[in-house]
Amino acid sequence: MTASIRTRDLRKVYDSPAPFAAGIAGYSPMGTPGPKGKAKKSEVIALDGLSLDIEPGVIFGLLGPNGAGKSTTVGILTTRVRPTSGDAQVCGIDVWKEQVRAKRLIGVVQQRPNLDFSLTAREILSFHAAYFGIGSAERAKHAAELLERFQLSSRADELVRGFSGGMMQRLSIARAMMHNPQVLFLDEPSTGLDPQTRLLLWEIIREYNKSGKTVLLTTHNMEEADALCSRIAIVDHGKTIALGSPTELKQSIPGGYLIRARFSGASETLAAKLRQLPGVSEVNADGGGIDIYASRGGPLVGAVVEAASGAGLDLLDVHISEPSLENLFLHHTGRSLRQ
Amino acid sequence: MNWKAFLAMLSRDAHVARRNFVPMVMQTMLQPMLFTFVFGRVLVSGGMMTQSYQDLLIPGVMAITMLMTGVMGVAMPLIAEFQFSREIEDRLLAPMAIEWLAVEKILGGMIQALAAGAVVAPAAWLVLGRGTAVSFSNVAQFACIAILVAMMSSAGGLLLGCSVGQTQIGLLFSMVLAPMIMFGCAYYPWSALAAFPVVQKLVLINPLVYASEGLRGTMTPHVPHMDLALVIGVLAVMNIALIALGLNRFVKKAVG
Repeated sequence: MTASIRTRDLRKVYDSPAPFAAGIAGYSPMGTPGPKGKAKKSEVIALDGLSLDIEPGVIFGLLGPNGAGKSTTVGILTTRVRPTSGDAQVCGIDVWKEQVRAKRLIGVVQQRPNLDFSLTAREILSFHAAYFGIGSAERAKHAAELLERFQLSSRADELVRGFSGGMMQRLSIARAMMHNPQVLFLDEPSTGLDPQTRLLLWEIIREYNKSGKTVLLTTHNMEEADALCSRIAIVDHGKTIALGSPTELKQSIPGGYLIRARFSGASETLAAKLRQLPGVSEVNADGGGIDIYASRGGPLVGAVVEAASGAGLDLLDVHISEPSLENLFLHHTGRSLRQ
Repeated sequence: MNWKAFLAMLSRDAHVARRNFVPMVMQTMLQPMLFTFVFGRVLVSGGMMTQSYQDLLIPGVMAITMLMTGVMGVAMPLIAEFQFSREIEDRLLAPMAIEWLAVEKILGGMIQALAAGAVVAPAAWLVLGRGTAVSFSNVAQFACIAILVAMMSSAGGLLLGCSVGQTQIGLLFSMVLAPMIMFGCAYYPWSALAAFPVVQKLVLINPLVYASEGLRGTMTPHVPHMDLALVIGVLAVMNIALIALGLNRFVKKAVG
């Protein structure tokens, strides 16, 4: 079966200042200044050889911190950001060779709502469908259905300028669904939504996926990725660092549990001692802080305290987390997703 | 080419223009009308200008109005749509090559510029007391020049709209549009600049000069004006250049 989304060695290097479409990709320019006299010129590598294969009919999550390259990936797959090199395909169509054909197959919700402020909510949906050649009767019917589904009917005929952030986000998603695309791209869809609206959105995404459509969503919210996605790629610095189902990924964390402990000082002996403890599969020490990956959580703390006092150190702080995608990310990068 | 998408975008622009009709008319028509009244009526009746000045004024006012309508009708929405809110995104994602969206903007601006010209010329004629001798004897020539002027205005609007940010709109008026209007030979014929030979040469880079002189040549042929074949040729070349540059800028601005 042809993959719904396929990328090969995607690279994107932005020259600073970031162009308009880099803003689309949610990218904020940073990087090292160039040589003297060209102080303003700097290069930012947003994607560094990203390859993905996404099967049709799945909800796929791109999980990673801000600036990891998630939005740039979405930008390239949706014709909005030109790749520096590499291939991007949607449903077997090369996005950068056959842009118009590719655009027919995709629906896109970008990170920030980009609604047409000169139009009402209903007009936004209706004109969007008109751009895709849908007849007026069908447009009106489908717009009314989506407005109802997204709980926007009561304000359907108002200009969207006065809408709240959550309403704009809902309308953006409704708009992307107006032409019934095969692949739906959602870039950080639940940012800024209240918990209730988030649940409504998740339900709608699942429903849409059940009709056989592929959904690619980016998020830095582990709960969202866990709740919605059947497959996840964890990206950082423009590369995939882990790929699989949420369960597989969580199982791949050595030991499963993560105990983050902080001691009154650094000691190699302590780290070595901790490695010997039963159930411990990996110990990463960084100054006074030590990350212990183990098959048990709480029951190990007593042994950790004992080992510390044996090394002449005090345990100052300890945090235990259960197997999670957050831990997985931490394991691969040494950083928290929220950092 | 996806004409359905193209026409849907044109109808979107028409819909928005209808919604903003009154402010838009005030923005583009009021100033030329006031100018026509003060210079064409007040100064002429006060004896500070000769009666023949009125003949010169109608094509000039028409050229300025068309220019402003085309530039404002394309540049202002574009500047807003490309800003933080990125309202243009949905149209960039429509199943149509994005260059056609720029072409649609030019066509929309041309229609607005032609409509504004069609309203302002008779309005100015009425304000001037219906005494001026305006001729439409050569319809094909008039239509050709009017269309070229409209195209130049909206293609210029596309280029400016893709080159200027929201914070620079004030500069756009004071640094680009105001000098263009003052040195656009709209309120005087190009030949009147003969006393200032350097200025007379410099203003030749100003597209409005050809718009004013062209409309003058076809509407009031008895007033001194440039050779019309030359005007049409220059307008055509300027149009090609503005469209090429505008499309290039548009694509660069739209795709990262």
